[in-house]
Amino acid sequence: MATTLPMAGTTAQINLAGLAKNDYRGAPTTLCQGCGHNSIANQIISALFEMNVVPENVVKFSGIGCSSKSPTYFLNRSFGFNGLHGRMPSVATGALFGDQFLKGIGVSGDGDSASIGMGQFKHIVRRNVNMVYIIENNGVYGLTKGQFSATAEVGLQLKKQGTNQYMPVDICMEALASNATFVARSFAGNPKQVKELLKAALSHNGLAVLDIVSPCVTFNNQTSAYHSYTWGKDHEEPLHDITYVAPRNEIILEEEMKAGEVREVTMHDGSVVILKNLDKDYDPTSRFEALRVMEEAERNNWLVTGLLYVDTDKPSLTEMYDLVDTPLNRLGDADLRPTPDMIDKVNALMF
Amino acid sequence: MASKVVNDFSIIVGTVNGSGSSTANNTILRALFKMGIPVSGKNLFPSNIQGLPTWYTIRVSKDGFTARRDEQEIVVAMNPASFARDLASVVPGGAFFYADDIKQPVTRTDIAVYPMPVKQIVKSDPNIPSDYRDLVGNMVYVGVLAQMLGIDINTIQAALNFHFKGKQKPIAMNFNTVKAAAEWAKANLEKKDPFYVEPMNKTEGMIMADGNTAAAIGSIFGGIQFAAWYPITPASSLAESLNEYLPELRKREDGKHTYAVVQAEDELAAIGMAIGAGWSGLRSMTSTSGPGLSLMTEFAGLAYYTEIPIVVWDVQRIGPSTGLPTRTSQGDLTFVNFMGHGDTQQIILLPGNVNECFEFGWRAFDVAEHMQTPVFVLSDLDMGMNQWMSKPFEYPKTPMDRGKIIWEKDLEELKGNWGRYLDKDGDGIPYRTVPGNKSPLSAYFTRGTGHDEYAKYSEEAPVWHRNMERLKKKYETAKQYVPKPVLHSLKGATVGIIGFGSTEAAILEAQHQLAAEHNIKADFLRVRAVPFTKEVEAFIKQYDEVFIVEMDRDGQLNQLLTIEYPEYAMRLKSVAFGDGMPASAKWVREGILAKHGTVKPSAAKKAAKTAAAAKPRKEAKPKKVAAKTKPAGKTSKGKK
Ligand SMILES: Cc1ncc(C[n+]2csc(CCOP(=O)(O)OP(=O)(O)O)c2C)c(N)n1
Ligand code: SF4
Ligand SMILES: [Mg+2]
Repeated sequence: MATTLPMAGTTAQINLAGLAKNDYRGAPTTLCQGCGHNSIANQIISALFEMNVVPENVVKFSGIGCSSKSPTYFLNRSFGFNGLHGRMPSVATGALFGDQFLKGIGVSGDGDSASIGMGQFKHIVRRNVNMVYIIENNGVYGLTKGQFSATAEVGLQLKKQGTNQYMPVDICMEALASNATFVARSFAGNPKQVKELLKAALSHNGLAVLDIVSPCVTFNNQTSAYHSYTWGKDHEEPLHDITYVAPRNEIILEEEMKAGEVREVTMHDGSVVILKNLDKDYDPTSRFEALRVMEEAERNNWLVTGLLYVDTDKPSLTEMYDLVDTPLNRLGDADLRPTPDMIDKVNALMF
Repeated sequence: MASKVVNDFSIIVGTVNGSGSSTANNTILRALFKMGIPVSGKNLFPSNIQGLPTWYTIRVSKDGFTARRDEQEIVVAMNPASFARDLASVVPGGAFFYADDIKQPVTRTDIAVYPMPVKQIVKSDPNIPSDYRDLVGNMVYVGVLAQMLGIDINTIQAALNFHFKGKQKPIAMNFNTVKAAAEWAKANLEKKDPFYVEPMNKTEGMIMADGNTAAAIGSIFGGIQFAAWYPITPASSLAESLNEYLPELRKREDGKHTYAVVQAEDELAAIGMAIGAGWSGLRSMTSTSGPGLSLMTEFAGLAYYTEIPIVVWDVQRIGPSTGLPTRTSQGDLTFVNFMGHGDTQQIILLPGNVNECFEFGWRAFDVAEHMQTPVFVLSDLDMGMNQWMSKPFEYPKTPMDRGKIIWEKDLEELKGNWGRYLDKDGDGIPYRTVPGNKSPLSAYFTRGTGHDEYAKYSEEAPVWHRNMERLKKKYETAKQYVPKPVLHSLKGATVGIIGFGSTEAAILEAQHQLAAEHNIKADFLRVRAVPFTKEVEAFIKQYDEVFIVEMDRDGQLNQLLTIEYPEYAMRLKSVAFGDGMPASAKWVREGILAKHGTVKPSAAKKAAKTAAAAKPRKEAKPKKVAAKTKPAGKTSKGKK
């Protein structure tokens, strides 16, 4: 397929994979200017570039919505599947069996994952499929022009829709309740944190849920709304500063680390996520703590962001199946079709 | 007593659901099969785990007719709740066996009546633990029938040995009861009915299996790599059979797996996973029945439009809605044909027997990957869950057809001159790459939205139109690749019958009866795929009347044929009936007789004249074989 041309003005820096940042880009965005989703796509590009990921080793997935359009805006050189509304999880689950060495990156919306796709969302979480599952959470249905989504807060008033009467769904809570092995929350207006969490998520072996509040500038950006930029900026309560350190890049770690202030989480590939606590010694390996912090944030009207929970010990879905070392989609007749003598054995097994 | 009737009657056993009678019923069936007598067995069970009345019917037919019959010569009543109904169902001159603890009046004098002291026989064996007595009690009617009909006791032991996989304890316990019951019958019952079985050699070389097991094993020989499913009667045993046979048939020295079977959270997820796996290059399938199929509709349309190979087995039951979940039907045909919104045309394979369930198990993957599209295989409860005699499964003669899939080297050779939806070969089938391909030229973006030849998003009208026309061309190409129909012809036939699927046995028997008793000679064409191949049109052309026989209310095959061949619509007569019961020759025969002669031949001839490009009869007709009306391994197939 056609490769993206370098964009004017970008530095032609080459990473350890021998690629320039442009190799990670996609088609130009068709979303509204200022949409939070765009800034997330940019951070995905940066994170992958900085992590030296080979695009051919990543598969993109999405459902339907403005957010779900995003996979076309990054990683032109990766396969992508834009499926059905709410059904990204099942497609990704099956697709990643094709080659268990690939990493999935899914982008979904709050409507896509917390309304129509809530069932599939919770099941992909409990199956621990090896992918980063991003929910670009704006509290509305952007693509269908501004109806309430399941994450909209009670009392939110929107043009044409009136006032939302129902209690919201908290995506991180749902993920934790479904035994997620990685749960993080961020805010599109905090690109540095988004990027660092993306890197941590990409290093996680299993399913990493990233709930990113991503304001819809067109349909839900009143200053009072939870999913708006202004509210987000005012109420954001980072759990800790995070610096992601890839195994090849440890010098930065030396510089950033301050004794006594850090907690390290070792990812499956040997890389380390460092959590810099702001005001308490937060332990992201404790589900109990994660739930407590979220409950506390809810009561205090905080947007608690950061890595809420991680468990690095659980096998991912394809690991549970103990597959052969060759990607399944490269196997041929010899591996797949039983030998001719087996047919007599089978017939003998019938009566 | 009337003269002896040998190897030609039906047995029905009425029991309580969940009382463990299936071991007993299968034992009788398998014993008769081992004696070389053509048999079929059908479980007519309610949607219930325990307590409701249930029946099992066995057809014994020296002529090899295995369809269910409406008449029952031998009735076994084990259930007080259905006793009166069972008694009434015996044909005059028939035999009635019943558990003598059922204290209800036996009012008929036109049949032979045999009480059986079930409880007493079981109690007299001290080796049977008290909690096993009810279960083993069913073996009493096995023993009594064995004695009274002449079933070889050794074949019963062989059947039990098979059923209990050689485990001595249950075999001995059950077999002892059979023997005790047979001895009791010998000493205490006087034969008053004319029905006997005698050994034959008509099942030699045959196997006995159900369609779901056959489909699962067929899929394994087709190199299945991924299956996702959600439990539903009557499809569950297909996926469960995958789990049962895969570890053995695909065992590797390193103990690792070349496949994955996932029980999904629902059918939506099941087909979604299957599509994901098919997209990434795996031989992928799901299996379900009507309600699950309904849920899969949006995905079916997506897979059609995005050209992803998957196999969907639909083991049909009768609906709409939950309907009668344990009863059979062919009522999903039109739904599947159009499955998806907008313009969709799905490929459907229609196995007609257990052997074809095996064959289509592997072949469906070839068709799906070759055509890059979903393939739906329509079986039904009767074929899927009941035991049928069958020719042994045959090893696939051709290697796996993976279709137009290209890898790194191919892309290098093409120098990037590749578009996912580019019709390079003029057959409508494009080339595809799959994730994991390391070439920077390999990736493309799959989307349900409008796309051009290079998989780029497009809302341009001509682009949309062009793509849909190519998909239509691809569907035309499929006509050369799907299984051709099977012809059962009769010398001097003047009318045609078209059917599909599990009705084959009933139609073959009806074909025989119509010729023998009504002097109506019919050729019978069993369709095995949609789109219809040219043999179907050629067949229809030959007759003034073609009866379209199927198990549904609305004549769905008839509808599809009418759409495909409007010029012949006048001569198509729908013989459609759906009540959940497996087809019998009687309803086929009576359905045909009711419609026979309702169109003047002249009118049909006229219609035929106006039909475009009428080919001469000889050339158009599929290969004819010598007149044959009996099944049992002698079917003639159209060229593959
Ligand atoms: C089955 C189905 N129902 C409805 C729609 C229409 N639809 C498209 S996007 C969307 C909502 C998307 O909301 P969200 O996931 O929050 O994405 P956003 O646009 O807000 O990023 C809906 C309802 C659809 N595409 N498919
Ligand atoms: S409508 Fe909202 S969510 Fe959609 S692109 Fe515009 S700003 Fe983004
Ligand atoms: Mg939204």
